[in-house]
Amino acid sequence: MKVGVVVFPGSNCDADCYRAVESFGVDVRYIWYQDHSLGECDLVVLPGGFSYGDYLRAGAIARFAPIMDEVAVFARAGGLVLGICNGFQVLLECGLLPGAMLPNAVLRFRCESVHLRVESTLSPFTCLCRPGQVLAMPIAHGWGNYYADDATLDELERRGQVVFRYVNEQGVPTSGSNPNGSCRSIAGITNERGNVLGMMPHPERACEAVLGGIDGRWVFASAFEFLSGGVALGRMHLAGDGARH
Amino acid sequence: MQFKARVRVTLKESILDPQGSAVKRALHGMSHDNVLDVRIGKHIELTLTADGPESARRQVQEIAEKLLANPVIERFSFELSEAGGEER
Amino acid sequence: MGECIWREMGLATEEYGRIVGILGREPNLVELGMFAVMWSEHCSYKNSRAVLGLLPTTGSRVIQGPGENAGVVDIGDGLAVVFKIESHNHPSAVEPYQGAATGVGGIIRDIFTMGARPVALLDALRFGPLSDVRSRHLFAQVVAGIAGYGNSIGIPTVGGEVATHESFKESPLVNVMCVGVAPASAIKKAAARGAGNPVMVVGARTGRDGMHGATFASAELSPEAMARRSAVQVGDPFMEKLLLEACLELYALGDDVVIGIQDMGAAGLTCSSCEMASRGEVGMEIDVAKVPRREEGMNPYEVMLSESQERMLVAVKAGSEPEVERVFRKWGLEATVVGHVTDDGVLRIRDGGAIVAEVPAKALTDMAPCYMREACEPGYFRRERARDLSGVPEPEDYSDALMRVLASPRIASKGWVYGQYDHQVGTNTVVLPGQGTSVVRVPGTNKGLALTCDANSLYCYLDPWAGAAHAVAEAARNLAAAGAEPVGITDCLNFGSPEKPEVFWQFKQAVEGMAEACRVLDIPVTGGNVSFYNESSKDCVSAVAVHPTPVVGMVGLIEDLSWVMTPGFKHEGDVVALLGRTRDEIGGSEYLATVRGIEGGPVPAVDLRAERGVIELIIALSRAGLLSSCHDLSEGGLGVALAEACILGGIGARVRLPGMMRADRHLFSESGGRMLVSFPPSAADEVQELAGRHGVPLTVLGEVGGMRLVIDDAGGGGDPPGRRIVDAAVGDISRVYRGAIRWAVEQ
Repeated sequence: MKVGVVVFPGSNCDADCYRAVESFGVDVRYIWYQDHSLGECDLVVLPGGFSYGDYLRAGAIARFAPIMDEVAVFARAGGLVLGICNGFQVLLECGLLPGAMLPNAVLRFRCESVHLRVESTLSPFTCLCRPGQVLAMPIAHGWGNYYADDATLDELERRGQVVFRYVNEQGVPTSGSNPNGSCRSIAGITNERGNVLGMMPHPERACEAVLGGIDGRWVFASAFEFLSGGVALGRMHLAGDGARH
Repeated sequence: MQFKARVRVTLKESILDPQGSAVKRALHGMSHDNVLDVRIGKHIELTLTADGPESARRQVQEIAEKLLANPVIERFSFELSEAGGEER
Repeated sequence: MGECIWREMGLATEEYGRIVGILGREPNLVELGMFAVMWSEHCSYKNSRAVLGLLPTTGSRVIQGPGENAGVVDIGDGLAVVFKIESHNHPSAVEPYQGAATGVGGIIRDIFTMGARPVALLDALRFGPLSDVRSRHLFAQVVAGIAGYGNSIGIPTVGGEVATHESFKESPLVNVMCVGVAPASAIKKAAARGAGNPVMVVGARTGRDGMHGATFASAELSPEAMARRSAVQVGDPFMEKLLLEACLELYALGDDVVIGIQDMGAAGLTCSSCEMASRGEVGMEIDVAKVPRREEGMNPYEVMLSESQERMLVAVKAGSEPEVERVFRKWGLEATVVGHVTDDGVLRIRDGGAIVAEVPAKALTDMAPCYMREACEPGYFRRERARDLSGVPEPEDYSDALMRVLASPRIASKGWVYGQYDHQVGTNTVVLPGQGTSVVRVPGTNKGLALTCDANSLYCYLDPWAGAAHAVAEAARNLAAAGAEPVGITDCLNFGSPEKPEVFWQFKQAVEGMAEACRVLDIPVTGGNVSFYNESSKDCVSAVAVHPTPVVGMVGLIEDLSWVMTPGFKHEGDVVALLGRTRDEIGGSEYLATVRGIEGGPVPAVDLRAERGVIELIIALSRAGLLSSCHDLSEGGLGVALAEACILGGIGARVRLPGMMRADRHLFSESGGRMLVSFPPSAADEVQELAGRHGVPLTVLGEVGGMRLVIDDAGGGGDPPGRRIVDAAVGDISRVYRGAIRWAVEQ
């Protein structure tokens, strides 16, 4: 199993993602944004940060980086792609996921721990979770206010593409538990096929007890379990081999 | 030929503009109660060379569609003018 | 040359004479501009150098003391911590967002020029009262600027302090500290060496940013040119992120590629070139025509004095230019050879073929004037020291008094501030801001660095010697409370005009107090920054100086992260105890200022031996793993410490103040050398025994438990004796504590 962490100019959670993956004993390496191949790869992580300074719009310029063509091909072939924070924004900008990001409704950057409810365990990234499980993870963003029109949102819900929702400690979504004003408290979504996940919270920051929590390990562990074939998913039929380069 | 394109990117009407709302609240606080709405957008100036106004227009259109605006939340418009020699 | 020119550039007539004496001729305009910036207080420390010599700067761990871009301290296992604090007060007063942002950018460059990867940022901020609209605006914008830069570049902002006072209304203080880690063997120096080695400008292009205000008067500049330039520098954290990664990659090429490197901050190319030459005992030749520019038509004067951000000057080994260019190109940056090292000690500036300046490098640096200004004790000093506060009545409602102290901006939770900073990026933040003293893991190890910055501006106004000594002691207690051994200090000395004898007296006293505390506590000062002229107006004789604010930035080492302690109470039934001695010392206290409206009185006595005893005891207790919680006492005294321990732990406590003293003195005196600890009853004997061995008095106050903070007064002048003075739900005090700043800013 091999994981690649894409490095854009301005990525700043690349090393954090690298170490988080490494802590599972999984092979991991960096992929430079100007490369034209992902190399051998089973999971591509688009890390957080401020790619291209987040100038113009978060993720807007990074989507034109040469490596993104490869990421798109990989994703269409069913390869697993995890976009975290800025990586989620890049996935939205390049159209691998539907919707867009707006500035946080509070108009301030917010860095704090939030609670997420697992809305779907059909995703490769949550296959080890219980439905409705509440996970604690940090957020750190100024542009995390997820927007899509109602038709798109209904469609996302219907197809089980909403994977994480912001909730309170008891697992209930409230206005106070939504840190950025996201439509329907959405914190993470997948594409229709389920192999591409974008999420604003940082699972890589919640992988060590000494840093305050390990709930982020559920996301990585699920993906690795899925890739190693340990989990049979009812609805997902991902062409694992076809995705490998 | 050298052209200057002035591109305006604004949020679609249906999209909440928290920055605009904040400015509106501030204006009301300054007793400009008659301000009914504030929407904030971006103004982007491009200086480019092209064979003629038509090809410049086509190119700016493409740039705005692909990069400068996000069609999910934003719309754009632009004006094109031939850049004068004194402007650099 | 007309006298008005050098005067407007900020040079005194005697200083101009000194320049003529050094050169043996009149300087030309470029040279004069270079002297003016290098001999300014900012670059030369001409008004402070003599006094700063009092600070102890050596120690067994010190690898690099003052004089470089940052201090360096050995933390074992071949690693070193690199740290420095700097002010950006004046730019932040003019344009708070960019002023604060570029302050962050500048201090980060100071750390990675030393070869270290930055791992943490802290900020010490001072504003006018939050009831004032402009102060709220400055506060919000400064915080946004720090967040905008630090978050983008991806260095966690893990701590700091905020306080407000009328004296900062016109001159806010923005002090930024950066901490980095490097292999001790890989530390880079800002000295050029080896004649013939090329000198390169790397990073951003040069524009007319932030040019010295005085240069506006230059007769050679057209009005149009003057209108184009801006005294406000604009930061580009994206550019700096690329520069950071490129520089670290460059260092990794091997020790011999980079000979010396310096950030171009204040005084830009002038400062970096003459300082690098001077430190290396060499000369340097620079051709301004080769410096990549962002704007057209810049003259040599402008290129030499531009303060465009995100640039570095690097001397590299001859022949390695292509490698250097390759690394920078990979990161999308330019690296351009602009000159070379020479062996004649002269800084020679060319514009293509023409020599436009030729000055001995040391004339700009070591030969800068040095003054010992006149110092005069201000009239208020003895008055306040002798002030009798025994008539201050007891509060009628202790709960209300405690709530008001908890809501004071200095005490209240800074959640509104640090919530805007990415404090976890890098995945090394072990104790997050708001949970206690910030602790950052040394990457790749099980060691931790505890970080703090502290100063009590009111103490330092009332008694600068004691105030500065307390700042050192408080910072050290703060680190010890996390289980850390203090290893080094970087100081940021914020004062008014040194030309005023009363301000200079404050400065001298503060440095002397700081020096004494450093000596007794055995913590070296490895560098810092002086910021003078923080006054309500620069021109006015009646301008009011800020309260003197010598900020102590301190770094502590925790050898094993399992030793880390936090201040929140943890377990039902734990014993609550006070270490140290409380005296009747409410002078200068937060309680007196907030509840009684008195900003005065004698500040608490300084007892550095006692401080040392408590710090050593706490470190020993942390290593023995005996404590459940540890909270150092400072502003707000025992009352605030008890409330915070409950709020942070999410659990209540029942305590009984021992007699002997009135309850308000017990709760709100800010006597030094104290800690509030909790431990399981089973550990009580061992804790008692260790405290006894260190000669630190231990007073058992009560126990942890329930969801209320209950404080009884055993008597001691109270009337009637043995009454309940505070009984408050932890949720209620928590709401006040956590909400106060947000409510004040968003009112």
